[in-house]
Amino acid sequence: MKIVVMCGIGLGTSAILKVNTERALERLDIDARVQATDVAGVRTAAADAQVILTSSELVDAIGKTNADVIVINNYFDVDELVAKLEVALGS
Amino acid sequence: MPLPHLPLDAITIGANADDWPAAITAAGDALVRSGAATSAYTERMIAVIREFGAYIVIAPGLALAHARPGADVLTDGLCVVTLADPVAFGHPHNDPVSVIVGLAVTGADDHLQFVAELANVFNDPTVIPALAGATTAEFVQSVFGQS
Repeated sequence: MKIVVMCGIGLGTSAILKVNTERALERLDIDARVQATDVAGVRTAAADAQVILTSSELVDAIGKTNADVIVINNYFDVDELVAKLEVALGS
Repeated sequence: MPLPHLPLDAITIGANADDWPAAITAAGDALVRSGAATSAYTERMIAVIREFGAYIVIAPGLALAHARPGADVLTDGLCVVTLADPVAFGHPHNDPVSVIVGLAVTGADDHLQFVAELANVFNDPTVIPALAGATTAEFVQSVFGQS
């Protein structure tokens, strides 16, 4: 399984989201690859992804995708990530 | 890789900022003071928000000011600015912002480790309010495990 985390420039914020998404997946005991990307690269990165995690500000920049788009409000709240991933991945 | 050093001159307590560009500029000034970046980097941090919006407000009350690596980044650097009065960045959930963490990185690949350290600090939900209420730069250093 592949999860894409997206921010405007593909580092900093997305790196924090990547780290905490991996912590949430560990807690859920789900094996998935988490890739950080920027707005410009999201189309390519998300082509084979199940889920895209990003900020509400950037949802419109994703465009058409088959992946589930999940908005994360607090990038440091692993509980929020666990709850939203649990719903999206149906585990 | 641990967090970059957070020297006292990279910390501003109670900065006065009327709007978000002024708040980002205060963070840029702190990175310039500590020798991590030149003022051109400040302009690029502002440009990121103008282009993509307030997504850098990644938690209630906290903005992570940053831009891509570039010639205006002199060394990996971290700064912390607290605002005298919180400022709206335009984020639907996390406004207003009272703490700005500024990040300057020389390379995209090698910054993951210290971003993980940053996550370790901020995964504690008491940290943002504690920083917002900080009255000394030494206290801010201690929150980041530095002295």
